[in-house]
Amino acid sequence: MVELSIIYDKVRFEEKVLYEKAQSKGVKSQIVDAKTVTVSTDSKKKDFAFGDVVMQRSVSHYRGLYLTACLEHLGFNVINKFKVAETCGNKLITSLVLAENNVPTPRTRFAFSAEGALETIHEAGFPLVLKPIVGSWGRGVFPLRDEETAGMIVEMREEDDSPLARIYYVQEMIDRPPRDIRCIVVGNRVVTAIYRYSAENEFRTNVARGGKAELAPITKELEDLALKAAKAVGGGIVGVDMMEDKKRGLIVHEVNNTVEFHGAASVSKTDIPGAMIDYAVKRVKK
Amino acid sequence: MKSKVECQECGADISVPEDAVVGEIVTCPDCGGDYEIASKGGSKVELKPAETVGEDWGQ
Repeated sequence: MVELSIIYDKVRFEEKVLYEKAQSKGVKSQIVDAKTVTVSTDSKKKDFAFGDVVMQRSVSHYRGLYLTACLEHLGFNVINKFKVAETCGNKLITSLVLAENNVPTPRTRFAFSAEGALETIHEAGFPLVLKPIVGSWGRGVFPLRDEETAGMIVEMREEDDSPLARIYYVQEMIDRPPRDIRCIVVGNRVVTAIYRYSAENEFRTNVARGGKAELAPITKELEDLALKAAKAVGGGIVGVDMMEDKKRGLIVHEVNNTVEFHGAASVSKTDIPGAMIDYAVKRVKK
Repeated sequence: MKSKVECQECGADISVPEDAVVGEIVTCPDCGGDYEIASKGGSKVELKPAETVGEDWGQ
């Protein structure tokens, strides 16, 4: 019998339903608090009763990332792999990987100083979107519509204590309907796709920002692109976010590692957690 | 049956739903303090202050 550990640092809807689903499928499972795990260079796999496969579901990106590194070092089969988490957790690296793999993605410029940022913003022209390279739920994402606002936001970034704040990620603003598409990819299957509509007076579509979910059809174009993007970052269980560019069609702007699916589960008839558990079990049997 | 636990900040009653599991976050209705369920056995529930949302939280 396959034994599964679900690692969490805060139990959300997702971790709860994954655990319940694993139980109902007869998979011996446990939830493990990442905050209580310690590892050393002397540690051995047998010191940890984590079973055959581990689902890394920490809400803190760095906690999940580095714990995954330790677990892979010990020989555990972790979903997702460290490499996938590392790529998806950083928007700059994700953009590079998508571009390298010919996945259509918004034109994005990178700068490494305030001067560089202002120069590249000026060259690109408005409107633009400035995003932090690490961060989620739409935090720190600013629409830039004129030089004055851009200058002020860059100045604010310079005041920030985080060294990552000095890495500038400036993206073209895509001419799109007021929604994006979240595709949940599990292995080589697009399990579900939803439109996420921005809340009123909000250009960001994150469900965490009050965005509303609606089922989206899984067209051949969407399926091919979602799978290509997932493969580009290294596969596993990921959330591929797309926009419908009025000129270019579907383009991928983000791939999420510890995918949240509360919004998707509220509108989808597909058994999303069930597909994830089946994938974890299959990973062991491979 | 819901369990009631006293808020460590303001003393108000925080009700913990029956189906809540260890690791879930509950919020004090009076002061808004967040707590993580540290342990749960029958109607006995222990809470600990929850971590504050970090810059790297989320997907």
